Amino acid sequence: MIAYIVERLIQSLLVLVAVGLIAFAVFQFVGDPIANMTGQDTSAEDIARMRENLGIDKPLLVQFARFAGNMLTGNFGVSLRTVRPVDELLAERLPATLELSVMAALFALVFAIPMGVFTGLKPRHWLSRAFLALSLVGISLPTFLIGILLILVFGVLLGWLPTFGRGDTVRIGFWSTGLLTASGWKSIVLPSITLGLFQLTLIMRLVRSEMLEVLRTDYIKFARARGLTNRAVNFGHALKNTLIPVITITGLQLGSIIAFAIITETVFQWPGMGLLFLQAVQFADIPVMSTYLLLIALLFVGINLVVDLLYYLVDPRLRAERGAMERGV
Amino acid sequence: MLRVRSDRGAPPRPGFTASLAFATAMATLALMAAPAGAKTLKWASQGDLNSADQYMRNQTLSLSILSNVYEGLIRRDPKTLAIEPALAERWEIAEPTRWRFHLRKGVKFHDGKPFTADDVVFSAQRVVGKGSDLKGRLPGVKEVKKVDDHTVDFITEKPNPILHVEWATWGIYSKGWAIDNKATEVSDPSKGDQPNFATTHANGTGPFKLVSREADVKTVFAVNPDWWGKDKYKHNVTEVIFRPITSAPTRVAALLSGEIDFMEPVPVQDIDRINKNKGTKVIVAPETRVIFLGFDQAANELKFSSVKGKNPFKDKRVRQAFLQAIDIQSIKTKVMRNMAEPSAMMIGKGIQGWDASFKRLPFNPDAAKKLLADAGYPNGFEVQFDCPNDRYVNDEPICKAVVGMLQRIGIKANLVTKTNTVLFGEYQKFETSFYMLGWAPGSYDSWNPLHFLHRSVPMDAQGKSKPGGTFNYGRYGNPKVDDLITQIAQETDQAKRAALVKQAWGMTIDDVAYIPLHQQTIAWGTRDSIAKIVPHAGNEFLWYHVTMK
Repeated sequence: MIAYIVERLIQSLLVLVAVGLIAFAVFQFVGDPIANMTGQDTSAEDIARMRENLGIDKPLLVQFARFAGNMLTGNFGVSLRTVRPVDELLAERLPATLELSVMAALFALVFAIPMGVFTGLKPRHWLSRAFLALSLVGISLPTFLIGILLILVFGVLLGWLPTFGRGDTVRIGFWSTGLLTASGWKSIVLPSITLGLFQLTLIMRLVRSEMLEVLRTDYIKFARARGLTNRAVNFGHALKNTLIPVITITGLQLGSIIAFAIITETVFQWPGMGLLFLQAVQFADIPVMSTYLLLIALLFVGINLVVDLLYYLVDPRLRAERGAMERGV
Repeated sequence: MLRVRSDRGAPPRPGFTASLAFATAMATLALMAAPAGAKTLKWASQGDLNSADQYMRNQTLSLSILSNVYEGLIRRDPKTLAIEPALAERWEIAEPTRWRFHLRKGVKFHDGKPFTADDVVFSAQRVVGKGSDLKGRLPGVKEVKKVDDHTVDFITEKPNPILHVEWATWGIYSKGWAIDNKATEVSDPSKGDQPNFATTHANGTGPFKLVSREADVKTVFAVNPDWWGKDKYKHNVTEVIFRPITSAPTRVAALLSGEIDFMEPVPVQDIDRINKNKGTKVIVAPETRVIFLGFDQAANELKFSSVKGKNPFKDKRVRQAFLQAIDIQSIKTKVMRNMAEPSAMMIGKGIQGWDASFKRLPFNPDAAKKLLADAGYPNGFEVQFDCPNDRYVNDEPICKAVVGMLQRIGIKANLVTKTNTVLFGEYQKFETSFYMLGWAPGSYDSWNPLHFLHRSVPMDAQGKSKPGGTFNYGRYGNPKVDDLITQIAQETDQAKRAALVKQAWGMTIDDVAYIPLHQQTIAWGTRDSIAKIVPHAGNEFLWYHVTMK
């Protein structure tokens, strides 16, 4: 058992190192941050000195070793673009992205499930057809366009909602939340819709097709024959069974929501991790990019490690196999 | 309204809870309502300040915003760019190498401490110290001496007639404040050190104080009620909230919806929209930035062209052919939608040394073809054309138009557009044969573009460049021009200096060192909540030039 854990840990470490090396290899091509950090009149000597400090002309392995060494001592560097410590910067931005992603996922779920149920129960109703047609919009229009369209309609023409930003936020410990202020709630509506529209379409169609499947099964027929009300049949039995794949998909999609937040964050000037990363790439802000990439790698490696360990605990065959190998059988 | 169970027939009286709710609502409204006379200016730009320390980066937006907080010894008139007194009331060149500045009395920093010569001497040390990107503010200065509490001498190694021209954006820091807060040096992000107090806090003498800073989100400023200039430069702005909005359509939407009062830059295609919208309009003025094209004039064989064994750009006829092939009026009307001022010179109107007598050679593709044939390229040739796609207004469309125009004279220009972050790195390594660049001299004086763009760049035996024109990426060089540049740096007689400048420009234009295209235009989007605003020819946004309704 211990051997298994150690083996997995070593593998995880190797993955992290590989990610780091690949990341630094890519950084050779992102361009020159120094041009973005200085003005027109900066002397050649100063430029050379900064280049020396950053070490961007050094070989790949040296740069990576320096970065790894710094990380192990807790020094994540200073953002070249905003001149703030990178760990503070990431901690500041994380709540914005997480709040937006969760609200987008909630928006998608809250609307998609009833819509899916309705279109599943009454497939020929005109409203069902309308929902399905509208859902095509969610899939085919790019996020950028949906965002701008919403800003135009609700921000400029109607003036109901803010066109950018997060509104006023309240700090609780290290978490800054926009959900405790009126302007925060108004600001999160349009970005959540923009980000969640694709998921809404996906989940709605999934629920619909699952409902149609389930409604044809035997146990539903028997329930109706027994005389249960429509409500009990549709929601108590049918819906519950459709939800299993929906939950699985939603969980998987949460990851992609967080990833796609980059575009929504750019359109709405939402101060989250996505916008931070995009600006870091445009600026060639290497400390931010390297810490961010390694953090994401760490997250995924960590999740996989936990999942692997859970497999080991759950699946007796793995344990038996390893036991057999260890005993030399 | 709560209905209290009362006797039948009697009118219901508002209950205790209802009264409390009403009172709270009123109180909240009262707290939310701004105090009488408060005028908040909300504005947005494409980028953000990079820090609250003015010396950290020599870049227009940061300098312009912080010029409202930190002031220099001189200031510039927004319309004419003429030099005027600011923290220094008057000055004279006491000896050719000694300037004496007489400081304004009764000025205080935002923390209440008085402004004296000690602060000037300290700021001079800080601005040339480690981490500062504004070292060029004190060129050739060997000593800064305090004569008395309100007089300072600047002693230079050689006579320097333009010592102070960039001092409007060299803000004076308080010595006491910097020492108390351990901010005597400028933080250097390339070293990875923890940034110091001055990157997040500011203490200047200017009309506005820095209240709070949230990078990439919001920076808030409040008016300085004790500012020395409040009677001379009247304005009614009490609070300024600056927010960066990188996405151009979002920025336009924010202006149209009324969430901000001012924004810049306005994308050229939205100017009509904003003007047509009720309550918003665009203020247009020529900027001092000139966009131009450069050539590799030093390599023996061009790195990126079809011509082998020789360099066509070494021949003036080829450069002139390129110049005359470009229809700059069409670029102005079709590509820039009239938001450009075609230029014969590498500097814009308003810069010292600009001269209306210099004329652009006329657009003439036939003459251009003939020049190419005379130079030995009757069938033209191929060359790579490097262009940024996110740096100047409509940079990529301009380059595409130029490609089409060069096609007419037989030149096949292979356009390669890149983000400026990558491109400028390549320029610095001289990895370009034909390129686009832009320039706006922060000193509003000709020596700056002459030196940085036209001074020759010698190479050593290993092919590494020696000091010369730092941004002369094509390595144009003319020894006579180099001489003139050196003389211009030292000639203190204004009339003689102007003549030398004119001579230098005449030579470089004659050489077709570069192809100047046009002066960009500033486009500022404003709402009618702003009653009066004075545009600044250097694209600096100074809030004391704003009067709100």
